Amino acid sequence: MSFALRTAAVALLLGTAAPALAEIKIGATVSETGPASSLGDPEAKTLRMLVEEINAAGGVLGEKIKLIAYDDAGDPNKARTFATRLIEDDEVVAIVGGSTTGTTMSIMKVVAEAEIPFISLAGAIEIVDPVQTWTFKTPHTDRMACAKIFENMKTSGITRIGMISGSDGFGSSMHKQCLQIIGDYGIEVLVDETYGPTDADMTPQLTNIRGKEGVQAILNAGFGQGPAIVTRNYGQLGIKTPLYQSHGVASKAFIELAGPASNGVKLPGTAILVANLLKQDDPQYGVVNAYKKAYEDKNGSPASTFGGYAHDGLRLLVDAIGRAGKAEPKAIRDAIEQTKGYVGVTGIVNMSPTDHLGLDLTAFRMLEIKDGNWALAQ
Amino acid sequence: MTELLQFVLSGVTVGAVYALVALGFTIIYNASNVVNFAQGEFVMLGGMVTFFAWQAGLPLPLAAALAILAAAAVGVALNKLAVERARGAPVVSLIIITIGASIFLRGGAQLVFDKQLHRFPAISGDEPINIGGATILPQGLWVIAGAALVFALLYVFFTRTLTGKAILATANNRVAARLVGINTDHMMTLSFALSAAIGALAGVLMTPITLTSYDLGVAYALKGFAAAMLGGMGVPAGALAGGLLLGLIEALTAGYISSVYKDAVAFIVILAVLFAMPQGLFGRKSTDRV
Repeated sequence: MSFALRTAAVALLLGTAAPALAEIKIGATVSETGPASSLGDPEAKTLRMLVEEINAAGGVLGEKIKLIAYDDAGDPNKARTFATRLIEDDEVVAIVGGSTTGTTMSIMKVVAEAEIPFISLAGAIEIVDPVQTWTFKTPHTDRMACAKIFENMKTSGITRIGMISGSDGFGSSMHKQCLQIIGDYGIEVLVDETYGPTDADMTPQLTNIRGKEGVQAILNAGFGQGPAIVTRNYGQLGIKTPLYQSHGVASKAFIELAGPASNGVKLPGTAILVANLLKQDDPQYGVVNAYKKAYEDKNGSPASTFGGYAHDGLRLLVDAIGRAGKAEPKAIRDAIEQTKGYVGVTGIVNMSPTDHLGLDLTAFRMLEIKDGNWALAQ
Repeated sequence: MTELLQFVLSGVTVGAVYALVALGFTIIYNASNVVNFAQGEFVMLGGMVTFFAWQAGLPLPLAAALAILAAAAVGVALNKLAVERARGAPVVSLIIITIGASIFLRGGAQLVFDKQLHRFPAISGDEPINIGGATILPQGLWVIAGAALVFALLYVFFTRTLTGKAILATANNRVAARLVGINTDHMMTLSFALSAAIGALAGVLMTPITLTSYDLGVAYALKGFAAAMLGGMGVPAGALAGGLLLGLIEALTAGYISSVYKDAVAFIVILAVLFAMPQGLFGRKSTDRV
């Protein structure tokens, strides 16, 4: 857009915007369609539902929230365009979104330049490490999932494992993160195998892991159909060493796809998966069950971990606007950074200038699949 | 030894899936020299329609039959609405039309069905069959049987039936085919219907092993295409051999060399074969009159 055009557009906006419309504008760009739609779809639904809920309860600072949401279809270029449009044309005070690491990365650059707070819904640790002034995120990182799994292995006396990872973004990133911290737990990878994201059979890789002397457990880092097929092949080969999956498949659909072979599989998951197993005195009991019920009543589909990320993103933001006392980007950013003890669907958040994620390992629960259902592992 | 057997069984299972998909390319190619890049979408439709019909309460065999019919209908529609309209266009344009159709069908499936992964039960259960310490799933045998059956039918169709020969004649020289009384438009429609049905059958048989989702078609069309090129485009025996070979190379590489190089090794072998034999392993030598 040329300078003249832009000025004209701004003038037009200034001329037509009625100041009486006291609304707090929050922007969102999520991947409602496209390859990451399984993440973006529940996120978008959650954001819309929550905005209605918050407005029905009187909004924040006595004003209603207006959500301006775009669908970037998982395309980083579109995400960048939409982030720019949200800031320049829609004049939002903050952005929630970025379903994938790729889209988040392109939004981060835009918000840093425009100085608008941004809460990302993507997994990678690179988003908050090193800390970027204007970017926060709600999902736990792959590294935390690795840490949770290794912690569990250590208490079970497992020190030598075989790893099998998907060669897609999720699988290779988690594989890398796990290898970076595995030494801290005194665990060693004896066999390291991979598979393509759409491969139909992983028995050769599993045969090699089974054949390796001394392997005490198998860890599968992956997302999508891969882990379901790995689990089925694991059952087919009759392997007896315990199988660990990642948080990437922590959904009810995984159990259905993997079938009976999934019994005994352990994986780190969030509280929302086991909402009905949480104890009444669990700090997350209230928020998790309230969100789950509201989402499922409204949409008729099961609530997911991903929707939970969006829930926490928006709630954190609204909470911060309330504490800031004004809907002004800088004040909101500072308030988000000062968040302490916020109880969300994903975990309990304690932000600081050096930690823009604010979750610890308690955000993950170690789950075990028993009789085709989730159970809390010891 | 057990390991080798397991790698081979894995390779044969995956290879049979590739072969089934590759066989689907044969008919349309033989009718028009067009490589139909929407073939993977027929495979996807086979799996997805079966799943949703089955979930709606239909018995599985009926759901599968419905899926095959539905895919054939989509194949006919693709020919009538898109390919036939571009009748005089060069082959490359037709191929691009099929790429467009593939994107359209994928988008449509995303809206009509959903974006989740699905699976329905295997024909004869999931209890693995033990062969000398290695295992194969019964569904793997069904996929192999399906590939063998489709191969046999196609072989008979193209060499023993008048319709099959008419399809070959259509590809060879459309004007001459018309001169001897072949309804070439009809042959094109038939070839799309049959190809789609074969693709859907592949989808039905492989879903219990590979799972299915709206975007599964691309990956398998690519592998099926590679297998068909390796064996020789348009030759049923080539599709079968190419598919099995590709599956075996992948499994043996993953087993003995490294799973990281599985796909790379497979494609290097394909390149090497095509370098030495540009027509593929079983391809006909094309002779052009100059």
